[in-house]
Amino acid sequence: MDEVLVLMEGIEKRFPGVHALSQCQFELRAGEVHALVGENGAGKSTLMKVLTGVYKKDAGRIFYKGKEVEIPNPRAAQELGISIIHQELNLMPHLTVAQNIFIGREPRKGIKFILNENEINEKTKELFEMMHLDLDPRIRVSDLTVAKQQMVEIAKALSYNSEVLIMDEPTSALSDAEIEELFRIIRQLRDKGVGIIYISHRMEELKQISDRVTVMRDGRYIDTVRTEEVTIDRIINMMVGREIYETSRANPETNSQDVVLEVKNLNRGREIKDVSFNLKKGEILGFAGLMGAGRTEVARAIFGADPIDSGEIYVKGKKINIKSPGDAVKCGIGYLSEDRKRYGLALGMDVESNIVLANFEKFLGFLGRVNTAKTRAEAQLHVDELSIKTPSLQQKVKYLSGGNQQKVVIGKWLVRDCDILIFDEPTRGIDVGAKSEIYKLLNDLAESGKSIIMISSELPEILRMSHRIIVMCEGRITGELSTAEATQERIMQYATMRE
Amino acid sequence: MNNKVVKTKNEVIQKRSLLRSDSKQKLLTFSSLIVMFIVFSLASPNFATFNNIVGILLSTAVNGVLAVGVTFVIITAGIDLSVGTVMTFASVMTGVFIAFWNLPIIFGILGGLAAGALCGFINGSLIAKMKLPPFIATLGMLMMTKGLSLVISGTKPIYFLETPVFRKISMGTVFGIPNAVLIFFAAAIIANFILTKTVLGRYTYALGSNEEAARLSGINVDAWKIAIYTLGGLFSGLAGVMMASRLNSAQPALGQGYELEAIAAAVIGGTSLSGGEGTILGTVIGAFIMSVLINGLRILSIPQEWQTVIIGAIVIMAVYADIIRRRQR
Repeated sequence: MDEVLVLMEGIEKRFPGVHALSQCQFELRAGEVHALVGENGAGKSTLMKVLTGVYKKDAGRIFYKGKEVEIPNPRAAQELGISIIHQELNLMPHLTVAQNIFIGREPRKGIKFILNENEINEKTKELFEMMHLDLDPRIRVSDLTVAKQQMVEIAKALSYNSEVLIMDEPTSALSDAEIEELFRIIRQLRDKGVGIIYISHRMEELKQISDRVTVMRDGRYIDTVRTEEVTIDRIINMMVGREIYETSRANPETNSQDVVLEVKNLNRGREIKDVSFNLKKGEILGFAGLMGAGRTEVARAIFGADPIDSGEIYVKGKKINIKSPGDAVKCGIGYLSEDRKRYGLALGMDVESNIVLANFEKFLGFLGRVNTAKTRAEAQLHVDELSIKTPSLQQKVKYLSGGNQQKVVIGKWLVRDCDILIFDEPTRGIDVGAKSEIYKLLNDLAESGKSIIMISSELPEILRMSHRIIVMCEGRITGELSTAEATQERIMQYATMRE
Repeated sequence: MNNKVVKTKNEVIQKRSLLRSDSKQKLLTFSSLIVMFIVFSLASPNFATFNNIVGILLSTAVNGVLAVGVTFVIITAGIDLSVGTVMTFASVMTGVFIAFWNLPIIFGILGGLAAGALCGFINGSLIAKMKLPPFIATLGMLMMTKGLSLVISGTKPIYFLETPVFRKISMGTVFGIPNAVLIFFAAAIIANFILTKTVLGRYTYALGSNEEAARLSGINVDAWKIAIYTLGGLFSGLAGVMMASRLNSAQPALGQGYELEAIAAAVIGGTSLSGGEGTILGTVIGAFIMSVLINGLRILSIPQEWQTVIIGAIVIMAVYADIIRRRQR
């Protein structure tokens, strides 16, 4: 049972401008569940993509069962017996369970082109019996719960006789009972000698299911430990690392008692569960958590982009009913989305148009004529105020740098006189220099009396910018920290605190 | 344990209701066809006559073959705007082979089919290999085949005067039913077999349902896509031969507009433009709905301009009904 299935060493991977993996190593034995952990962007997924042939490694060696191998494409990985189950499932919803499992290698009969439907149903049934899974092979996948779909993915991987199974956050969409079922199957596979690489953010799960844990940070291998020999705190410690621990903290808690936004018992499906918090005037409220914790969902709900099931929202003490982003804007709430290229900007239009577009009525004259003098003046005002670096107002936004694009989005909301600004990952994809400018801008905005909610997955950023920090996990607020109490470890603890 | 049993039961129920909802949809389109038929029969004594019904069948035949072909393409979440003009191109090529070059009729038929398949192959290659959006690639093919048909024929119809047998392909009858109708039914049965029983059919659905998943499962997505568009082109070629035979001539100016009727028939029949869903039976019913409607309105002496308006409204209603159905699921 101790045979080494996979050994990766000295793995290097660079993308333009990013050193994604540097001297990474990993070892997987037969019959073990090996957890791979690290913060968002630590390189877990990249490493697994190298192993499954999605990315080509720049340097380093991979051994499979003691033999050095090259894995140039996903097919090669599959043929070796390495299967991956992605976080977003790769099934065809319109086909049945059995059709999905055997897609691409259907048993044929008669002349080569005719499908043998009975055989795939039979084979799938056998597979399910082996997994002790009670599922009809002829059901359409779109009619299954996410948990069952996951089982189908696992069955599919097994049907390739995979000896290495990689699971990327398999439990993120599952209920507790479903997780139990998944773990039962994982243990069963492990006992049969399958090696399982388990990527998860949920610390207590690692304790339940894994035999060993490998920690990665900033594209580097940190350590591999036996799960039973370490505490969760120790793992979190390794994930966060020491060197970025002392971040200078600029913002003490505000003493402003002026609550501008209050959210009470917000609920929306499984994404938002009983979320209540308030936001004070001139405050930057940090929202920390892991990907999929429900932070963006809360922001979208407040902004009226998604309907809510229940809950109340008060702006400056007045209960409001937000049904659409338009309503939110009227209440002075602005939302700067994570993906500004898709939602925030008209890339092919110039700076001036982008800034004034959101509030065009303000600039209309007689018979709807656009008052260009006014739009130009207003746009110039914000370009100066935000120090947007652009050769002219007529420059197309797509030619600006990421940081300057972000500023254009901010300018757009300032035109609308929004007092409450929700920033979703404001510095994603922005270089370090521009980052600090955005930070300064956020501070200036807060000082001038605007209230800011900042969603960020980067802990140092949260710690540096926030007056107060709310941590979410799985749609729930699991903790609130003042800047004095907040450390990366404590945030991570709350961020992984499952029900 | 208890929990699990309940869940399984739920799934069984889900499955049953799904079957019900799918067959319900087909039943609904079929019953609207019947209702239309009854309404027109009551409204005019000229509707439910043998001759008129044969007329309806005959006019459905060509459109139906086109609709069956385009159904494959739409299930892959693609679109083929060129089916109508490719049909014309194929009939012109048949004319070239038979009337210009005096080749045996069989070569004319094969030539027409091959011309259609070739256009489909080019469509598929542009889309799969050169990554053109299907809308644009097939729009280009629409224009090119439209132009080529006129160039090759010298903008004049090509008549099959020397070969009276050619006309029998569509217009010969078996028990009073024109051959074209029988060819249409045969084509539909074969298409249904391909779609439900063969690898090509399975991958047609797979591509439309989740192309990326299909790719990751090791399916050669590009090759199959080309194959599917080629098959669609082959059906257009068949329609071209049938059309030429029916008119006893290749009419180079014909064809544009047929693609929209074919797409409409597929969509009325429950084929989803977002891919992954659709059946040949549905498309056949859809094609009949279109021609019964056109025929009925004509018999009621509703001006042709208004016929078009009404059909447009029907297409919108059919798609909206489909959206509602999907939302409920």
